[in-house]
Amino acid sequence: MTESYLETGARARIVGLLDRNSFAEFLGPTARVMSPHLPGLDMPAAFDDGIVVGEGTIDGRPVLIAAQEGGFMGGAIGEIHGAKLTGLLERALDVKPDAVLLLFDSGGVRLQEANAGLIAMGEIQRAVLATRHAGISVIGLIGGRNGCYGGTSIIARTCDWLIGSEEGRLSISGPEVIETIEGAEEFDSQDRALVWRTMGLKHRRLIGEIDRVVADDVTAFRDAAKDYLGRSRDLTLDALEAEQGFLTERLNRFHDCGDAREIWARLGINEPARVPDLDPEAFESIATTLAVQRP
Amino acid sequence: MESFEFFFPGRPGLTWRGDGKLVGVVGSGNLEVMIEPVQLKGECLVTISTSVTGYRETWKRVVADFVDRHTLSDIRVSINDAGATPAVVSLRLDQAVAEYLGGPL
Amino acid sequence: MTDNSRESIEKFLRSLFGEKYAVQFDDLLLSGEGTFDGTPVAILGTSSRAPIGVSLALALSRHVLDIMREHPKRSILLIVENSGQKIGLFDELMGNNGYVAHLSTCLDAARRRGHKIIGVVHDLAISAGFMATGMAASECYALNGAELRVMAPEAMSRIMRIPLERLNQLSKTNAILGPGAVNFERIGGIAGIWSDDVRGEFRKALSQPDEEDARRETGVQRGGRLFAARVARAVREGRRQL
Repeated sequence: MTESYLETGARARIVGLLDRNSFAEFLGPTARVMSPHLPGLDMPAAFDDGIVVGEGTIDGRPVLIAAQEGGFMGGAIGEIHGAKLTGLLERALDVKPDAVLLLFDSGGVRLQEANAGLIAMGEIQRAVLATRHAGISVIGLIGGRNGCYGGTSIIARTCDWLIGSEEGRLSISGPEVIETIEGAEEFDSQDRALVWRTMGLKHRRLIGEIDRVVADDVTAFRDAAKDYLGRSRDLTLDALEAEQGFLTERLNRFHDCGDAREIWARLGINEPARVPDLDPEAFESIATTLAVQRP
Repeated sequence: MESFEFFFPGRPGLTWRGDGKLVGVVGSGNLEVMIEPVQLKGECLVTISTSVTGYRETWKRVVADFVDRHTLSDIRVSINDAGATPAVVSLRLDQAVAEYLGGPL
Repeated sequence: MTDNSRESIEKFLRSLFGEKYAVQFDDLLLSGEGTFDGTPVAILGTSSRAPIGVSLALALSRHVLDIMREHPKRSILLIVENSGQKIGLFDELMGNNGYVAHLSTCLDAARRRGHKIIGVVHDLAISAGFMATGMAASECYALNGAELRVMAPEAMSRIMRIPLERLNQLSKTNAILGPGAVNFERIGGIAGIWSDDVRGEFRKALSQPDEEDARRETGVQRGGRLFAARVARAVREGRRQL
């Protein structure tokens, strides 16, 4: 039985990813740790400030897990939300789980708490790196309606591994922002196909920004996440040099491309226009051979 | 924003054990409902925080109907609302009870 | 604009290092070296409210890697000066977020390897630009008169559909909301705003002990961000209640 990852909420995603009855939530809704800033702006707050954090197991292996609730304020990060994430990552240093799973579904900084949201971004990123430097795997999952934008997209690309569905998007500036500032000729935010081939996870997979594309199904996310538990990408100087090389080469290789389809064609994909139609399995088998490989 | 607090006489029947149950999301046209056990000598407490003002009597009616539909006592119902219709409110309230009883509607 | 910014940065560097420094401006990037209290300090940063795109991020991380390789534990003066991320199709297509993440990862690695990185917001720093650079430093400061923000207030007002006057009014009592280095200082986002005695400030900054992340506690002490520290600690301890 399939359960759409896109359509379901944060808590349900966590329950679907973890072993049955293994989830213990920290500062859950009954704790009522809510935004102190939204009431002043006449906005309703959420009991958990739009993020669920806690611990559980996957196939018996201990993990820490966080899921952003995309339906609340676009999953955007405010003071409490950000602190829950930072605290969870710091907990990993103490309890040393097999992985920290971060389920991103966010437009970025919550403007209503702008400065706190931005600072939280930097604190979360530092905590991700501290956790990784301690040898603990940090896995990002993307497949919600908001995608993963703004500072959240930077945090996502600071994780060891990234998994997502083709419904997911990962980019720093939202389509509307680009259109507002640069004009519709530069980027037509209403052109869904353009948005998805520029920012969607199939494109990200093909240029090596993410590690796996899965079906829009919670079990598919779980199965993929299992493959990365306990695995890390190095952060040695040599590893950083390798990443520098990868990013430089890719930029040189595609510096004159104006559209994702040009990039895909250059990668050797026979029918770039058909990439959006490929089912996740068929797509992954092409990606395994032809995608740019991240070190 | 407006906040209300209503007490209703309870009817013994469903006993809430363990933690609170939360359903719904605070999004436009939606609401979240949390039901928790509480010592109230059998009564039911409903607290509502809503971004749409002027509907106190509607809330009172909808919530009274809900309490009447089920056999509830010693519970606290807490709501964060972002403009849901009475139909959606009733649905979420019933969902919360159903989830407590062990499964979605 | 470019020349004014470069001039202003040179003036700042002169006030720190006197004649004992040399920097090269390469389009929007600046790099070089200075001597402070007899010790060499690497200088790196951006000028002219640079939009941070893939090429610039890559060039900056190249310098950070070189400093780590060639000058272990050397202190770094990071000139933080940007208009946020570069906005455009090509940089999105290439995955700018990955380039920016790599830059902060390199800066963070340098910090962990014992390089003291002192970020100084020179004129302007916005959102992802500040996150990529200033926030990855050991500490970040702002020069007197520098501006720090998430977004221009007019744009914030439009997107949130809250009248500008109301936003400005709320910003007076809530350091979380409105732009300004003073607000960022109050919430612990920057360690401080420098007085005109920049040499004294730099000396003090270089001597600060290394801490993993003091920003939340600072937010509490200064009264600008009261909850983040407690909430993070409660989650770290695995607690169900605050």
